[in-house]
Amino acid sequence: MNDVLDVALRLLVVFAVFLVLPLVVGQTEHKVMAHMQGRLGPMYAGGFHGWAQLVADGVKFAQKEDVVPKDADRRVFQLAPAVALLPYLLVLVAIPIGPGEGAVGRVVDAGIFFVLAVMGIGVLGSLMAGWASANKFSLLGALRTVAQLLAYELPMLLAAASVAMAAGTVSLPGILDAFAWWWVPWQIVGALVFFTAGLAELQRPPFDMPVADSEIIFGAYTEYTGLRFALFLLAEYAGIVVLCGLTTVLFLGGWHGPGGADGLGWVWTLLKTAVLAFVVIWLRVTYPRLREDQLQKLAWTTLVPLALAQIALTGIVKVAIQ
Amino acid sequence: MSLAAQAAGHGFLSPTGVEIAFLLVGLVTLGAALVTVTTRQLVHAALWLVVALGGLAVEYLLLTAEFIAWVQVLIYVGSVVVLLLFGLMLTKAPIGRSPDADSGNRPVALAVALAAAAALVWVVVDAFRTTWIDLDGPAQGSTRVSGEILFRHWVLPFEALSVLLLAALVGAIVLSRKKNGEEG
Repeated sequence: MNDVLDVALRLLVVFAVFLVLPLVVGQTEHKVMAHMQGRLGPMYAGGFHGWAQLVADGVKFAQKEDVVPKDADRRVFQLAPAVALLPYLLVLVAIPIGPGEGAVGRVVDAGIFFVLAVMGIGVLGSLMAGWASANKFSLLGALRTVAQLLAYELPMLLAAASVAMAAGTVSLPGILDAFAWWWVPWQIVGALVFFTAGLAELQRPPFDMPVADSEIIFGAYTEYTGLRFALFLLAEYAGIVVLCGLTTVLFLGGWHGPGGADGLGWVWTLLKTAVLAFVVIWLRVTYPRLREDQLQKLAWTTLVPLALAQIALTGIVKVAIQ
Repeated sequence: MSLAAQAAGHGFLSPTGVEIAFLLVGLVTLGAALVTVTTRQLVHAALWLVVALGGLAVEYLLLTAEFIAWVQVLIYVGSVVVLLLFGLMLTKAPIGRSPDADSGNRPVALAVALAAAAALVWVVVDAFRTTWIDLDGPAQGSTRVSGEILFRHWVLPFEALSVLLLAALVGAIVLSRKKNGEEG
């Protein structure tokens, strides 16, 4: 009975994190973007600096009518937001935030594979949404999404493989156990490739060609209203949390920190994740959107060779130090 | 030890929870596969294929082959089906039924499918008749075990496959370049 309770408690904690952290990132984005653009951002909802803005947004979304276009494929259209959102919840279960088995939702033996495989399913949601909307803009958005995913999945996998080679394991807690500080300079190229490819997979600026609101009116999500649209937005912010958490775990040492990891491990993980999330927001405010051909060129001619070079470097160093 | 004695330790009449789950997931997978090939809606067929391939991944998980299960999701659900959908959407993928999505080859296809299924079932049953997975012990399909078996016992087929894939890759590039040269 204790085992069942333990599992239920862990899943509950993961679910709470899944509900809270994306909202924190969203609110931070409101404020950081506003200050970088010399304005205040939301100030009224909730009183203190508009902290309840996203709660108010949620209430607004819930009140809106849930419209399904007449010519749309009803079932696929309604299923798509769930397919886009759930993978990130599943991935969160496998990310360790502290040392030991107590600080991870579930120890997955082939952790890296699990995480990347499940994250790849999320794109099916956009694809289903784009096709089922019966709208040319949506279809274009879906096609761009897939083209982007196919280009950026490869460098992402290669960069993650480099870390797995360095650690000699594909389990996420195992990688953290093997981590040493000099891994950061050693794997820095892989880290940049992984983070960039992850941004592209999330369709965040400057890689937001698939949802470019000024040309194809939010792409695959054009026809969505109310809660279903909110779910797609939530998927984007949950994706930011997952990507930053993964980059932290794979490349920045997760719970390792200067003051030792005793009791403070989770603080280091959250701190590193928060800094990376800030970078994601910063990039959105400061970089213009890449064109479709520039996107593809960046992936195939820059990121893939860099990732391969990182793997070669990892192999050489690994053999040299043994 | 005789076959009967080995099978006696694992009666068919008192299935465990895992065995029941395995059977149910198998039925779902089979059903999804049948819908995939019989539905008249092209994109729905691809989406049912996702269900069928995902069901297979769950079966691998139940057989403790965790690594294989995640690779199955990564390659088949995450890449092959996405590529398939991409191809479908680039061509004509109407919403609703396609009345012309039928072929005169149906009986032949059915015969080939049944023959292939019969051959596979026969081979697998014959090969693993008395093999039982110990679910209580350490996982037998962990990444370490899969890697050791793959690179010690099966390294030659593995390398042969990689050469085959390389040849396919080079062939694809050659074919696409030739076409471009003719046009321009």
